[in-house]
Amino acid sequence: MRKWVWLLSCFLLAATACGDGEDETTTTQAPTTTEAMMEIPEDPLGLVEVGAGEEIQIRSLNAITGDVAFLGLPNQRGVELAIADYGPISGRSVSVGTGLDDLCSPEGGQASAQVIVSDPSVVGVIGTSCSGAAEAASPLISNAGLVMISPSNTSPALTSDLAGTPGKSYQVGYYRTAHNDLFQGQAVARFVFDELGLGNAATIHDGDPYTQGLAQAFSDAFEGLGGEITTFTAVNKGDTDMTAVLTEVSAGDPEAIFFPIFMPEGGFIVQQIGGISGLEDVVLIGADGLLADNFMELPESEGVYLSGPDLRYGANTNSITGKSAEDFLAAYQSEYGEAPSAAFWAHSYDATTMLLRAIDQVAMEVDGTLYIGRQALRDALSGPGFNGIIGHIECDNWGDCGSQLITVVHHNDARDIESGKSNVVFGFSP
Amino acid sequence: MDSLLWGVRLIAILVLIWGVAGTIVQGLNGAGPSAEAWRDLVVAGIAQGAMYGLIALGYSMVYGVLGFINFAHGEVFMAGAMSGFFVANYLWQVHFWDNYFVLAILLVLLTSVLTSMLVAVIVERVAYRPLRASPRLVPLITSIGISFFIQYSFAGLFGVAVKNYPPAPDSLRNRIGFLGLEIEGTKLAVIVVALISMGLLYLFVEKTRTGRSIRAVAEDKEIAALMGINVDRTIVASFAVGGVMAGVAGTLWSLLFRGVAFHTGFLPGIKAFTAAVLGGIGNLPGAMVGGLFLGTFEGVGSQLVLAGLGIPAVSQLKDVVAFTALVLVLIFRPTGLFGERLSSEDRA
Repeated sequence: MRKWVWLLSCFLLAATACGDGEDETTTTQAPTTTEAMMEIPEDPLGLVEVGAGEEIQIRSLNAITGDVAFLGLPNQRGVELAIADYGPISGRSVSVGTGLDDLCSPEGGQASAQVIVSDPSVVGVIGTSCSGAAEAASPLISNAGLVMISPSNTSPALTSDLAGTPGKSYQVGYYRTAHNDLFQGQAVARFVFDELGLGNAATIHDGDPYTQGLAQAFSDAFEGLGGEITTFTAVNKGDTDMTAVLTEVSAGDPEAIFFPIFMPEGGFIVQQIGGISGLEDVVLIGADGLLADNFMELPESEGVYLSGPDLRYGANTNSITGKSAEDFLAAYQSEYGEAPSAAFWAHSYDATTMLLRAIDQVAMEVDGTLYIGRQALRDALSGPGFNGIIGHIECDNWGDCGSQLITVVHHNDARDIESGKSNVVFGFSP
Repeated sequence: MDSLLWGVRLIAILVLIWGVAGTIVQGLNGAGPSAEAWRDLVVAGIAQGAMYGLIALGYSMVYGVLGFINFAHGEVFMAGAMSGFFVANYLWQVHFWDNYFVLAILLVLLTSVLTSMLVAVIVERVAYRPLRASPRLVPLITSIGISFFIQYSFAGLFGVAVKNYPPAPDSLRNRIGFLGLEIEGTKLAVIVVALISMGLLYLFVEKTRTGRSIRAVAEDKEIAALMGINVDRTIVASFAVGGVMAGVAGTLWSLLFRGVAFHTGFLPGIKAFTAAVLGGIGNLPGAMVGGLFLGTFEGVGSQLVLAGLGIPAVSQLKDVVAFTALVLVLIFRPTGLFGERLSSEDRA
């Protein structure tokens, strides 16, 4: 209510300013008059106002503590580097505030989303790291009229089934630069069935929406190709003894096991599988949750195949900032003293530039105040795309914007992780 | 009331039989795990159970002398496993681990045992002794606080990441023939070491002077004091002995699962407490048998009973099986497998 009164008085002010201008126009006052004649934009979801000298507020919501910090930290740093590269928007610098933590859990996502939406100056969010956190965070963020771009959520439930049906957790205003796991499932299924020539496989997930969604996507695609899923089972987060689950799997006598889970459970699986009879020659395939240093350092992880986003960025540059992967990695190293610990740094960088570009496109300055329309921002994000480090980025109707390129790498040397990450044995594009 | 209890018991038995029968039918049809797989499951269950048993001894000893549950005992176990990691990792880096494995693992064991013992004794001195005169609920709540304190101190000091022990040499990891069964070396070693430790503990409590005073204090503190037993020192001794067992369990755990983190003690601690209750809390052989039973049932139960009921992804329900086993045992024998019926005064 108060907002409307305020807006009305704004219009009245602008109108009187015009009136004054018409009455006593002089050539010297012309520039101020034209500026004053610009109308404050209207927006069905409301406007974010940024006064002169104030900062434009966006937020990073990533898993930055706990077991999955390896995934979230590079995401948050990608945001910071992208903001620095992009520079100010209409003379106002962009602030990410303190990095928020999604804890890779629904509770963490919900709590932090609550913090974000309680601040009306926040325009958009880069996050979350984990799909489970996004399912809890995105309804709050969407209802508050904000936008949210995730660099590493891959669960199909958050966007669509790729055939025109929105996922059960899709929210308007949700976008992502990460791939949809239906593509990753297809990629792994084709790799196992066509490339390795194996006709049956088992899957193990851990109940998390990401792992379960990916295991399901793989199973559907694999059966679609004519393969047989011998066992579709799960462990609990926090389990240490994998004998029971591996024995359950061995009963079906699979040729391959796809276990798109995280550390430490993924590590326990490769460490304990040697003691299970019947699984001596089984091919192990993990996914991007295990495409991480703390898994690949384990001696027993040698020989495992890992699917994930295509990291062969080569000469790709982000068309908004002009940065290439090589430049980014150099900047990351000098800023944080280490290489990124997980795969989605480029997705995060591109997601942030995508948000900043859209803000730039819709922001209007009237009388020294910058107005950012929330609906206009959503429209801009859904509009024409651009080229990022990860490839071409353009959103479909349900927020899938990524390049959807997937690779499978063969991890062959626990002492040289980087060579394992770049040892691509299979490439997939939709 | 009684008829309700009988009804529950009957249903429990029927579900159990139904599940097992279903699994057997599956097995006859050629589906389900092979004979080797069943053997591996049982062995893994016993190895896991042996560790539960070792930890459970600490719960039972403290309950015996002080009459409350020391929930920080899981953290005593974690402290041992964690400290052992640093020694093991150092020995691995200087190539001592692969060249003199037996010596190396003994060093690790010594470190674990000493750390666990020290942590247990310090906890008793700092957190429980000042509360000796308070109602039992007070030290119980304190122990939960201490448990979190230790966990997050370790997280703060050493980070939250899982620390991976170096792998045991291949000679130990290969299968070894034992009583005509091919058993994984590590698991066999875990079972043997655990059983030896339990045996030594039993001898210690039954045959030595300190053991005798522990039993006397457990029986009646005041009369034991009148007989010239130093009660404080005896209580410290039982915490120390519980700590030693937890330290042994810590090393065995690391040998078997290789990963240790600040929250590693939580679930095994709860399971070991369950095992202690299952065996009859306060009773030492009960704790050992309870641990072995719980571990084995947890390992085999999900495959044996749940798979037969046609439930998918049975391994995920391992913990359900373990705790259902506890409930089942308690509705048939409220005092646990070896528990004595306490008189109403004792129970108060």
